[in-house]
This record gives sequence, structure tokens and C-alpha cells, in this order.
Amino acid sequence: MLHDLSIGELADRLAARELSSVELTRHFLARIERLNPGLNAVITVTAAEALAAAARADARLAAGERAPLLGIPLIHKDIFCTDGVRTSCGSRMLDNFIAPYDATVVAKLKAAGMVMLGKANMDEFAMGSSNETSFYGPVRNPWDPTKVPGGSSGGSAAASAARLAPCSTGTDTGGSIRQPAALTGITGVKPTYGRVSRYGMIAFASSLDQAGVLARSAADAATVLKVMAGFDPKDSTSVDAPVPDYPALLNAPLKGLKIGLLREFFDGLEPRNAKLIRDALAVFTSLGAETLEVSLPHLPMSVPTYYVVAPAECSSNLSRFDGVRYGYRCESPKDLTDLYERSRGEGFGAEVKRRIMTGTYVLSAGYFDAYYLKAQRVRRLITDDFRAAFEKVDLLAGPTTPTPAFAIGAKIDDPVTMYLNDIYTIGANLAGLPGVSTPCGFVDGLPLGLQLIGPHFAEAKLLGAAHQYQLASAWHTHRPRGYE
Amino acid sequence: MSDWEVVIGLEIHAQLATRSKIFSGSPTAYGAPPNTQADLVDLAYPGVLPVLNGEALRMAVKFGLAINAQIAPRSIFARKNYFYPDLPKGYQISQYEQPVVGKGAITVLLDDGTVKTIGVTRAHLEEDAGKSLHEGLANASGIDLNRAGTPLLEIVSEPDMRSAKEAVAYMKKIHTLVRYLEICDGNMQEGSFRCDANVSVRPRGAAKFGTRAEIKNLNSFRFVEKAIHYEVARQIELIEGGGKVVQETRLYDSDKNETRSMRSKEEANDYRYFPDPDLLPLEIEEGFIASVRATLPELPDEKASRFARDFALSAYDAGVLSASREMGGYFEAVVAALGQPHAKLAANWVMGDLSGMLNRDNLEIGGSRISAEALAALLERIVDATISGKIAKEVFESMWSEGKSADAIIDERGLEQITDSGAIERVIDQVMAANPKQLADYRSGKDKLFGFFVGQVMKATGGKANPAQLNELLKTKLSGAQAAPARLS
Repeated sequence: MLHDLSIGELADRLAARELSSVELTRHFLARIERLNPGLNAVITVTAAEALAAAARADARLAAGERAPLLGIPLIHKDIFCTDGVRTSCGSRMLDNFIAPYDATVVAKLKAAGMVMLGKANMDEFAMGSSNETSFYGPVRNPWDPTKVPGGSSGGSAAASAARLAPCSTGTDTGGSIRQPAALTGITGVKPTYGRVSRYGMIAFASSLDQAGVLARSAADAATVLKVMAGFDPKDSTSVDAPVPDYPALLNAPLKGLKIGLLREFFDGLEPRNAKLIRDALAVFTSLGAETLEVSLPHLPMSVPTYYVVAPAECSSNLSRFDGVRYGYRCESPKDLTDLYERSRGEGFGAEVKRRIMTGTYVLSAGYFDAYYLKAQRVRRLITDDFRAAFEKVDLLAGPTTPTPAFAIGAKIDDPVTMYLNDIYTIGANLAGLPGVSTPCGFVDGLPLGLQLIGPHFAEAKLLGAAHQYQLASAWHTHRPRGYE
Repeated sequence: MSDWEVVIGLEIHAQLATRSKIFSGSPTAYGAPPNTQADLVDLAYPGVLPVLNGEALRMAVKFGLAINAQIAPRSIFARKNYFYPDLPKGYQISQYEQPVVGKGAITVLLDDGTVKTIGVTRAHLEEDAGKSLHEGLANASGIDLNRAGTPLLEIVSEPDMRSAKEAVAYMKKIHTLVRYLEICDGNMQEGSFRCDANVSVRPRGAAKFGTRAEIKNLNSFRFVEKAIHYEVARQIELIEGGGKVVQETRLYDSDKNETRSMRSKEEANDYRYFPDPDLLPLEIEEGFIASVRATLPELPDEKASRFARDFALSAYDAGVLSASREMGGYFEAVVAALGQPHAKLAANWVMGDLSGMLNRDNLEIGGSRISAEALAALLERIVDATISGKIAKEVFESMWSEGKSADAIIDERGLEQITDSGAIERVIDQVMAANPKQLADYRSGKDKLFGFFVGQVMKATGGKANPAQLNELLKTKLSGAQAAPARLS
């Protein structure tokens, strides 16, 4: 079936003119129409625009143009501004917001000929690990509709896992690409901070946010990332460094690669989960890699550190949503204060408010040093731990999440338990490092992810390692029942 | 009053003269229709990011170098968080703990001729907010975000000033400096240059500062002076009446000439400053500083001392003539045409008649209706004794109003000076003959009548008699020393 083909295979068929982009687009639009109601993964479908974009791609193909993504459909996380299309960020606050411009990521993929099918559901303002905080309701995991798909890129993950699109974009502030990729059995790449432009990506925590890809294989992710990545003069934090040819580097041999097992990540890990991770690492050693245990002593402090830094930044980033210029505005405000209080009070959901409150608190006079400054110091220590580890090893490995997907409703009323779900992913964000999650087996019928973390700008090495693993294993080829 | 010492520090906001805004590409021109100069970044749309305008940084560094301040090799942009409709992001990007310009100083010349050094604590880059509009809107407020994101350099002084006059002298000096550096147009009506004044009083000799009040948004030198006077008197009266000054922000009302409380320290916002994660720390390299240093013009103090030295001018004159680059340039052009020995004459005219006329017509030196060359040509006629200084003033006025050259006016009106002593003597004789009583009085000791005779001769010659010659001839004639006196009849 068309939706089982890789991006590379689809590109070959498009190039051979055996398949048109319009046909391919129709195929996925039909799947969305049929399957999305059970998932709630896609919250805006842009069928007409998609077909027009596909027709343009076909014209380029007919004119002889060949490019790896020309005519390939995708779904964008609804955090990316898309010109003329609602960009809600999963929030009532932006339910009526039609973005007047394209995010750099969107513009780059559009220029490469990709066809946007629609926008993916997500946790409100990317704050959540289960996609339950969305104004548009929870997303269901294609492997089990009673389970969460993870978050915040839960819609993107579910859509790619259910083959509603060949791939999707996501953003990762504390694990929001890797964790849902793991919980839905697909590949997720969180690039180095600064590798991909943040322009047009609605900010949650600016020093942590990074855009990336969710796809069904490392090879597909590499193809998309190559186009997404690169310096953007509109983002002062983007890095002006050449983008390696990721797809061309996928086959670098793993012989001699040193993989560090993060001791802290295995502490208290459930035996069945730990076994899957160790099995995966055995595949790496069979491919010539060496594994050794390493310790990052400050890593256990990453969750509390993150939950100071991220809310602090979000409390300021979300101040612009004031009901004045765009977005939700309360009915008949009495005065300015009423306008602010009710627009924000009614426009934001509970988790967003919780983080704004936390962030406002940690930045307040008298608390700033004890919380914000201390968190920044710990963040530095965690970064230093990683730096020291990468003097000994090429990559670090461990589980992406402590458990497979949990039940919808299981943790939503207990924020701290929910936050602990990101315990393995947050470290890479705090240190600005790239990370990949690849499927590595199933527990009780639910997928589990292996996480690889690399030094800054080691995306090629990470994707190569994941690709070699995927060539030697088949976990990433499993399909959720009902979405074949 | 003399029991109290006044302590003043100023925070000056100078709008930097960049073409585009500090973090976006929108133009900064003043006076456009509301919200036509605000792009998505200025409007704080979701997803947009700030990018620092390199020109604003260059200007800030230029200022720092001009006041001999340290340029921070690393400085940080911070967010100042508060909600207000004219602040679209809900925070202002400013610099807090690590400003780009560190400690520096400038000197000011006081009225009594002494030179005082005033410390500059720091200068930092920040963005301006928009404006709320209330006029002509029923039950609503408008917002104009054209000004949002305009680059500002906030220049913070040490509490070194001890009177309103010193504060004004300091503000004027900074005003001169930023215009010299061409980093700010200095237009105070449009708000391009404005200040907040921190004012306190303490018993003379006390070691500790008194509690200060901050007076916001003073946009003229006169208002600064008046607001400080009012505030000082208010604080002294308060303390002497047994009260206490509270730390607060006050607003100056120029119509009523008073300051009013805006908010107390307790009501002050907690701005929750933290480093802006959208902007990396600003790293400034030596090479960049050197490249900016190479663009520094001759600074006001340097120009003033050169004028004083090369043209033998007093410190005061040299200061006035170097108050702006344009004024200095004009003066130098007059001297160049006229010759250095006559620099003092040029100085007197530029500071006197020319400045008077500019003031009368509310013009800057650049708008002068008489060019430096034309003024030099007029002064040339004084130097070569074609006309007297007094006639020159008349010619000057005609040049101003008619736009003609000095020579053309002198010719047209036959204003050329009478230097033929025979001719002057004939007039003196006639005047003496017509005023026998005054002559007799003079000769009997009423020396003051000399002026009367000068006046009469000048009147008879239409002011054209060469004054020096006239004085000499008249003295001789009146004393009756030479030539036969006219017969009395």
C-alpha cells in the first residue's frame, strides 16, 4: 500500500511518474477522513490547499525537476505558523488565529515541494506529555485507543504512526518529539538547539524549544531534517553551520562506535523495559559498536531544573496573548484589567495556567536567586556532565521513557507524576543536545523507544546509528492494527 | 535653602537615529499614520523573534567611546515583564545587569566658569513602547505601535548634580554629544531625547543621600529645571514640616508647574527581569570597537579647546561655538574665509547677531539665511573699513531679509564709509556752528557732550563717517586746538 512506502520509495515512484503527487495526496486525505475520527490526531485538514500544492509539485515533476521531498505529503504540528491557515497551538486562545505568515520550517519544506495535508493536534502550547491538555481533546494512541500517544507532539506522532502521512513535524522542549515517537512506535529526531530555525514556531520555552521530525524510519527522518535544518537570519539563536548531507551519511559503519549506557537511566527501570533496551544495545554491539557504562551525576536533577526554567520562560513568552491584537478576547470587558484577566483566564487551559503561575513565581523578586538562578546553575552542571561523558563516548543510550503509553486520564490530575514521564528526555534539552528515539520492542502490545543522545551537531551520527539499528531489526516496521 | 543640599541623577533616553527598529525591519520615521510602521515582530505575533539591529549597537558603542566608558565585551539583553496595551509582547527587551556601556564621565562648564565632571553609571540599549491614544475615541482607547521597537539608548548618570542648573548643563552636554556623534536627532518635541530625574535633598554635610523621588518624562531643558525646582522645594517643605519624603515615581505637569505622585515604591511593578533567551549574549570584539572608534568625529570638548587655543577665544565663547557640529563648522568656515587674525570678530558676530536672528526666526544654524561665506564677506568690509560695525548691523539685517550680498547692499544704498578727513571736518564745522551753546558748555568742561557731537555728525553723514577718524578729528576740533574756530555770532 502507498502509505507503507518510505519517503525514498515514494520519491522514486513520483520521479518515475508512476504515481502523481495528487494521487498520493488524495490517498492520505482519504485515510485522514476515514481514520482520524478515531484518533483526533489532525485538527485542521487543508484538503484544497494540499491538492493545489500537489498539482504544483506534479507540474515541477513533469518539468523534469527531481528532489527528495518534491510531492511528498506531511502534517505540521499546529505550533508552526502556516500562512492563511489556522494555527491554534492546541489552545482556545488561538482557536481563531489565522497565521499571516509561514514559519521558516514550513516555508523550507514548502519550497522543497512538500504538500501539507493539515495541522496536528498537540498539548496546549506544547505543555504536556500526553496530548490531554489540548483544547481540541486528547489524541488516541493508534496501538490502543485507551492510551495516550505521548506529547506534546502527540497528534504528529499518532498521525505518522497511523500512516495518515509519511511524516510529520514536531517540536521538542523536554521530550515532545522523542517521547510520543517512542509511545507510538516511530522514529523521532530532536536536533541540536540552533540547528533548525525557531522562527514562526510558537514559543513555549525559547532556550529549550527545537523543531524536528517524526517519521517511520531514521532514513526518512534524515531526508526531511536535511531540508529543515540550517541557519536562519530571522532566528538569532540559530547556528550558522553547514548542514551535513544526512541521508548520504546513514551508512557510516558502527564499528568502533562507543556507546555509553546512562547508569541513571536504568536505575529503577522496570525489568521488562530494561531488557528491551539491553537487547537493542546487543544489536549495536553485534554491529561492531562498543558499550560502556557512564554516569551523569547531575542528571537526576533535570526534571526539577526543567520545571523552573521552562515555566519561567513560558510565563514571559505567553504574555503576548492578552486579547488585544489577535486571538481569544473575552466578551464585553469592563476595563483593561478585566480584558486581560478574563481573556487569559478563559483562553488558557489549566496546565498552561499552572506553568505561567510557576514561572511568574520563580522570576519574582525574592525568589529569583533561589529558583531561576539556581536552576540555571544546575543546568550548567548537567551540560558539563554531558560534555564530560562525550569525551569518553560517541553517543549515549538509554530508554526514551520509563514506561510504554499509559492510559488516557491516568496522570492528568497529578502533574508531578506526569512531569516525571519526561525524566529521560529533558536532559538533552537542558544541554541543547540532539536526540533520537527509535522503536526497540513491545511491552504488552505497546511500543517502547530506545533513545540515543549525541554531542552538539552529531545528528548525522545519531541518524546513522538509528538507521543501522533499523536495518538490523524490524521493530520500526510494525504497524498498529486497524491502520494497516 | 542653604541648609539643604540637592542631589540629582538623570536617566536620559536618547532615541537612536537608525533607519529601522532595534529588533525588526520596520522603519523608525516619526509621524506616520498609526500602525503603518509596525510589522509582525513589532506587533508581537505568535512565533516571531527579535534580531538585533547592528547599527543600534554601533551607535551605543560610539557613545560609550565618546564618554571614555568601558565597552562590555559581553552584555545581556533582558526582558522587563509587565502588561500594558502599548507593550505588545508583555515585556520590554532592555539590558539589566550587564549593559553594553559601563562607567564613563563627561564634563560640564558651569555659569561661574568652573568645570565639573559628572559620572555616567552606564548606558544600555532597549526598545521603546508604542503609544496609547485616548482622544477622539468614545469608551475606547487606541494603540499606535509605530514607536514600538524604536531603539533607545538609556544613559544613566551618577547622582553627581547638585542643582537644577547643573542637571540642565549635563543634559545639554549629553544632547550636544549625541548629535555630534550623529546617533540621535535630539528632537525633544518629538520625544527623541527625554529624561527622568531622580531628585533628593539632604542636610548639607550629611553622608547619606535622602530618599529620592523619580520625576518621569521631562522633554525640555526648561521643564527639567522647573520640575527640579518644584520638587526640591516640595521635599524641603515636607521635611521641614516634620514629614518624610517617600520613594515614588512622580509626573511633572508643565501646565500647573508641579509634580504629582504616580505610584509609590510599594505599588511598583515586579518586572521579573531575566535574560532574553531569544537573543544570545552580545559579544563585542576589539576589532569592532576599533572600527567604531575610527568613525568618531572631533568631540565637543576637543573642538572647544582647539577653538580656544587656535583662535584665542575665551572658554565660554569656544564652548558656545562648539555646541553643535554645525555651529562649529559654520564658525570655522567664516574664519577660513576671513582669516584667522579676525577669528574674534567672527566669533562675536556668530554668537551675537547671527544667533540672535536664528533665535528670532526659530532656526537652527543649518537653516541660516546667510551663509558662512556671505557673513565673511560682510565682516571683510568691516576689516577693510569700507563700513563701520554699526552700518554692518544694518547691512546684516538686509542680507537676512533680502538675501543679497553685503557688497550689493552697500553699493545700492551708498553705505560706504566716509574716510576723507576733509569731508568729515566740513561736517564737524557745520555741526559746531549749528550748536554754539553745546560747544560752549563742552569747552567749559562738560565732557559728556562729546557723544552729542558724535551723534550729530553721524546723523548728518547718515552714519557713514569712519568712527575712529571722526573721534580723532572731533576731539581736535572741539578743543579748538587747531584751525580757526568758527566765529560766534
